[in-house]
Amino acid sequence: MANTSATPAAAHDQDGSRRDFLFLATGAAVAVGGAFAAWPFVSSMRPDAATIAAGAPLDVDLAPITDGQIVNVFWRGKLIFVRKLTAKEVTDMKAIPLSELSDPAPFDARVKSGHDQWLVVYGNCTHLGCVPIGHQGNFEGWACPCHGSQFDAVGRVRRGPAPINLPVPPYTFASDTKVRIGEEGGKAAA
Amino acid sequence: MSAHATSTYVPKSRIAKWFESRLPLVGLVHGSFIAYPVPRNLNYFWTFGAILSAFLGIQIVTGVWLAMHYEPSAGAAFESVEHIMRDVNYGWLLRYAHANGASMFFLAVYVHIFRALYYGSYKAPREVLYLLGVIIYLLMMATAFLGYTLPWGQMSFWGATVITNILAAIPVVGDSIQSLLWGGYSVGNPTINRFFSLHYLLPWMIAGVVVLHVWALHVTGQNNPAGIPIKSSKDAVPFTPYATVKDAFATVAFMIIFAWFVFYQPNYLGHADNYVPANASVTPAHIVPEWYFLPFYAILRAVPDKLGGVILMFGAVIILAFAPWLDTSRVRSTNYRPVYKVFFWVFVVNAILLGWLGAKPPEGGYVIVGRICTVYYFAHFLLVMPLCGLFETPKALPGSILETVTGPGQTGWDGRQGGQPQDPDKGIPDWAMPDAVKRS
Repeated sequence: MANTSATPAAAHDQDGSRRDFLFLATGAAVAVGGAFAAWPFVSSMRPDAATIAAGAPLDVDLAPITDGQIVNVFWRGKLIFVRKLTAKEVTDMKAIPLSELSDPAPFDARVKSGHDQWLVVYGNCTHLGCVPIGHQGNFEGWACPCHGSQFDAVGRVRRGPAPINLPVPPYTFASDTKVRIGEEGGKAAA
Repeated sequence: MSAHATSTYVPKSRIAKWFESRLPLVGLVHGSFIAYPVPRNLNYFWTFGAILSAFLGIQIVTGVWLAMHYEPSAGAAFESVEHIMRDVNYGWLLRYAHANGASMFFLAVYVHIFRALYYGSYKAPREVLYLLGVIIYLLMMATAFLGYTLPWGQMSFWGATVITNILAAIPVVGDSIQSLLWGGYSVGNPTINRFFSLHYLLPWMIAGVVVLHVWALHVTGQNNPAGIPIKSSKDAVPFTPYATVKDAFATVAFMIIFAWFVFYQPNYLGHADNYVPANASVTPAHIVPEWYFLPFYAILRAVPDKLGGVILMFGAVIILAFAPWLDTSRVRSTNYRPVYKVFFWVFVVNAILLGWLGAKPPEGGYVIVGRICTVYYFAHFLLVMPLCGLFETPKALPGSILETVTGPGQTGWDGRQGGQPQDPDKGIPDWAMPDAVKRS
C-alpha cells in the first residue's frame, strides 16, 4: 500500500480496480439475492399442500349408471364425465375412420381395453373450459354452448374451435364396477 | 409540471414561502392546473380526461368501502355480496355505483380513445403520452376482469375459467401462468383470494400511470381539433377558469348518465346469470363478457383456432400501440383529411358491429360476419392508416388556432365569434407558452 500511494496514477488505478470489483460483486449479490428473494413470492402462488392433498385419487361406483347416462364427478376441482355408452354408440364410434377426425384417436385409445362401454373424460371443453352439454350436437356426444365446439360419444372433437379431444384423465378399473380416478398403472397421478 | 409552467407561482404568505422553498408543490399545481395554456378551440371531447379522473376516484373510493364488507373466498363471496346488498347501510348504493362505475369508466375511455384516433392525438410529439394511455387501458381491462370474478356468480366463475384458459394457450409458459393464477388444479378458492388481492392492487398502478400520462400531456401540450400547435398567446386560454369549469360541467353532465344507471337501471349492463352462485358443473347457456369486452370477444370467436384466436384478440388491443407509426399522414386532425374521415367512421361502425356480434351466439351468419369485421379491424391499422397518409390530399390547414375560432383572415378580436370574453392583451402571458412557441 505504501508503494502504490507514492504515485498518484498507480493509486488511481488501484482505486479504479477496487471500485470495479466492488461494483461487480455488489451487482452480482443484488442479482442473485433478488432472484432468491423473488422465489418465495412466485412459489407461494403455486398450489399449496392442502390443495395437493385434496387431489388424492377418487373412487367412482359404476353400478348405478345406466346405458347412455353421463355422470358428473369432480376430481381436483375439475369436472369429469363418466359415461356408459350404449351398444349402438360403441358400434358407431368404432366405425368412424380416423381421416374424419381433426385430432385422430382410435376408439381403443379413448377407453380401457375390455371396458368398451365406459368412457371417462375431463368435462371442460378444450377450447376455453366451458362445460359441453351432453347428448347435444350432431355426433352423439356433446356440444359446447360457449363457442360451438362439438364432440362425439367418446369425446373426440368433431367441429368448432376446440383444438384437441376431451382429455382422458389417469384412471384404472379397481373392479368391473369401480373406477379409481387419479391413479394409473398402480401409481397416483402427480 | 414542466419547467416553463412552474416558474410563475409567487408565494405570498410567509408560511407559503417557507413551504415552497422546501417542496414546490403549490407551484407545480399552479403551473399544471391554473396557469397552464389550453388551446382555445377545444371541444367537449377534450373533457373526457377529467371525466375519467373522476371515475378512477369513484371506483377507488367505492371499492375501498366495499372491501370493508366483502369476503374473498369461494364459500363466502356470493353471500357476502348479497349481505352488502341487503344488510349493509347503503351497501346497494356502493355496489351499484362500483359496478356501473366500471361501465361508465369504459364508456368514457372509449370516447377518449376514439377522440385520440380522430384528431391524431397519437402523432408526434405525443407518442409517449399515447402509449401511456394504451397501458392504462390494458390495466383497466385486467382490473375490470378481476373485479367481475369477485361476486362468484356463474358469470364470474365461467369468465374466470374462460380467461385463464385463454392464457393457457400461450406456448411454453402458458400452463405455468395458468397454475400460478389458479393456485390449484382449477378455478377455486385460492383463485378468488389472489384475484381480490390483484383487483385491489391494479387501480393504484393505474393511478401511477395516470400521473405519468398527465405529466406527458403537460410536457407536449394538448392536441386540439385543428391539430396544429399553439403559435401565439392568442391561441390559448389559461387552464383556470376556462378548462376547469368546462371539465367540471362535462363531468357533472356525465354523472347524470351514471346516476340514471345506478338508480333506475342498476342491472341493465350486467347479466342475470351472475345472481346464480358459481357452479363448476354447469356453464350458462350464453356466456358473454361485460359489454366493454364484446368486440374483442367477437374477434376471439371469429378464429376457428384456439391459439390464433387468442393472438388476434390480444393483437386487437396491442395494435393500438402502433398507431403513431402506422399512420403516415402529416396532418393530425381528421377534420382536414377527407378520405381518411370516411374510413374512420367505417372503423367506428365496424367496432360497434363487432361488439354486437360478441353478444350473439357463435353460429352461422354471425361467425361469417364476425370474420369479415375482424379482417377489417386489422386492415384499418395495417392498410388504411399507412396508405391513406401516402395517397390522400389533405385540405388546407388553418393558419392558427385563433383563426379556427374567429374565421379566416381575422387575427384580432374585433371580428370574433362566440363571445370570447378574453381580451387578447390580457391573455396568456408569454412565460406561460410552451417552449417551442417562445423560441419562435
